[in-house]
Amino acid sequence: MTSVSLKNVSKSYGTVEVLRNIDLEIEQGELIVFVGPSGCGKSTLLRMIAGLETITGGDLTIDDIRMNDTPPAQRGIAMVFQTYALYPHMTVRDNMAFGMKIAKKPKAEIDAAVANAARILQLEPYLDRLPKALSGGQRQRVAIGRAIVRDPKVFLFDEPLSNLDAALRVATRIEIAQLKESMPESTMIYVTHDQVEAMTLASRIVVLHGGDIEQVGAPLELYERPANTFVAQFIGSPAMNLLNASVVKTGASTTVRLDHGGEVTVPIASRAEDAGAKVRLGVRPEDLTLAPPEGSFLKADVEIIEALGETTVIYFKPVDTGTDPLIAKLPGIHKVAKGAGLSLAAAPEKLHLFGEDGLSYLYRD
Amino acid sequence: MEQLLGALASMAAGVGACVLYFWGGNAVLDLIFPARGPDIGPNIRRANMVRPWLFLGPALVLLTVYLIYPVFNSLVLSFYGPSAETYVGFSNYTWLLADPGFHESMRNNLLWLIVVPAAATFFGLIAATLTDNIGWGNIAKSLIFMPMAISFVGASVIWKFVYDIRSEDVDQIGLLNAIVVALGGEPQAWIALPFWNNFFLMIILIWIQTGFAMVILSAALRGIPEETVEAAVLDGANPFQIFLKIKVPQIWGTIAVVWTTITILVLKVFDIVLAMTNGQWGSQVLANYMFDWMFRGLDFGRSATIALVIMVMVVPIMIWNIREARKDA
Repeated sequence: MTSVSLKNVSKSYGTVEVLRNIDLEIEQGELIVFVGPSGCGKSTLLRMIAGLETITGGDLTIDDIRMNDTPPAQRGIAMVFQTYALYPHMTVRDNMAFGMKIAKKPKAEIDAAVANAARILQLEPYLDRLPKALSGGQRQRVAIGRAIVRDPKVFLFDEPLSNLDAALRVATRIEIAQLKESMPESTMIYVTHDQVEAMTLASRIVVLHGGDIEQVGAPLELYERPANTFVAQFIGSPAMNLLNASVVKTGASTTVRLDHGGEVTVPIASRAEDAGAKVRLGVRPEDLTLAPPEGSFLKADVEIIEALGETTVIYFKPVDTGTDPLIAKLPGIHKVAKGAGLSLAAAPEKLHLFGEDGLSYLYRD
Repeated sequence: MEQLLGALASMAAGVGACVLYFWGGNAVLDLIFPARGPDIGPNIRRANMVRPWLFLGPALVLLTVYLIYPVFNSLVLSFYGPSAETYVGFSNYTWLLADPGFHESMRNNLLWLIVVPAAATFFGLIAATLTDNIGWGNIAKSLIFMPMAISFVGASVIWKFVYDIRSEDVDQIGLLNAIVVALGGEPQAWIALPFWNNFFLMIILIWIQTGFAMVILSAALRGIPEETVEAAVLDGANPFQIFLKIKVPQIWGTIAVVWTTITILVLKVFDIVLAMTNGQWGSQVLANYMFDWMFRGLDFGRSATIALVIMVMVVPIMIWNIREARKDA
């Protein structure tokens, strides 16, 4: 069943268009993550669903009811803010109960809802404290509790972990994952710029860039089959290496010649007219391996080595090119000297092929 | 020309003397405890113990002479007769307790105390909220703030015209009477109406102080995190509920500081009453009553006693106000 549906939704401030023709269907019980760099419009999109921003074009429906002009409180949503947005003058209990008090719900019902949320989030000892007497993590739990009390159809999370320190962020991320598991019927929309949060929490990820949806898919689908160079480089860390190349042989698999020499055959189909086309060969740093010179397609000069113990990250330049450094992430410890020459290779099925327009060869029809 | 030169010369001399004192004093201190030689450590420590007193000294002396000494002298004077020569014990105080003029002043001061801070803070809060939400808010704010720039006496002159009354056969030039007459009413001598004239005088101070309250409260309102307001919107609160249950509680500390600041001002209210009615027609207040006994009654003892009453009322509010303002910061 469709829970939230966006049809051709757009947003502009005056003449500045910040979101264009967004089409998205979110099923009930999904945890959708909007991810993208700063300014991509992900928070704006969330706030439009919440009703805190007007929708300039298109339709938003929640449970098949058009919500464009419905006041936020009547959309059946609850939102958790990055800055928690707790009412500083109210106790934890009153913070969670405020919405129901405004709605003039019976006191017994309010008490039961607050008690339930407090139990789920282990906030019982803190119910009579003011927010200022709580730690950052506890405050965020209260904010989540306030959302639970509203018993919404859709939970909206706007970068809820950004204000927490690194250790607490991991712990709270797991708490949110458990929360989702305990409420399988609830739909959740989660905005973050952190791809680790996106990969670990999402049932599906929506990658936004410059006001457009770049790709929608399950986390590993985005990792394994990115639709374009933006998604390819945004998902995964360090980012995917892109090498300029041209097609030399087309067919069920494609052979490309890299601009700096070296030929490789990729098991991705291409058309006859692709012959000679400029393409970009994508290879993830972690897919690169050391290889004997005859089996490699990349000859590299090592520039910087970061030995992390579990992995060794090598920044290198392909021999005789002036491109930005490329990155290889090799498991374990490799004693490599700066300036040394390396031969690198990758399994053909791990390679990606993008046209000059940046779109993946995989998704062409 | 000669006067001008004289003024400039004395200004230069004053500034020069200050520079000489601070710079010279500091230099002398460094000579006495030089930051070198075998005793460098103790010398620096000793110099640092003396230095604050050296710099604060002039201010402390001036405050003592012009503030602390007068307080104690007032206390002493309140036990003496009119020309401060004969000791009269508590008779100034017993006189004060029985004096109808003092009763009237106390009653009026209490009225001022209740009405003015409340009204100025209330209107200031309303003005701050409304001007933050409209396009021409900044112009409106400037207009509301402008009376702050006018002296109390100047404001009284303006309002004297508003309350002015002429005999019935000529046109009313007072704004209020002109309106009353235009609506078919009888012109009134507003500031001579016993009891009610107090409120006409209060309006002047409210008119002046609303701008002050508005500016401070507007800054406080803007300091409220926008997300708490958005969260309240999502919780279903209407604008009125957001204002009363989310915004006002968050700026409660500022409201209290504004309120008490105006309260202190009101306890000392003097210029408006002097300029408008001089305490006639039942509009006397403590500060004007004190002034009356000092310069018309020529009674040092009684005016000092009234001054002490005002001080006793102001001090606790001021202490609370300073504490609250510090807490906010």
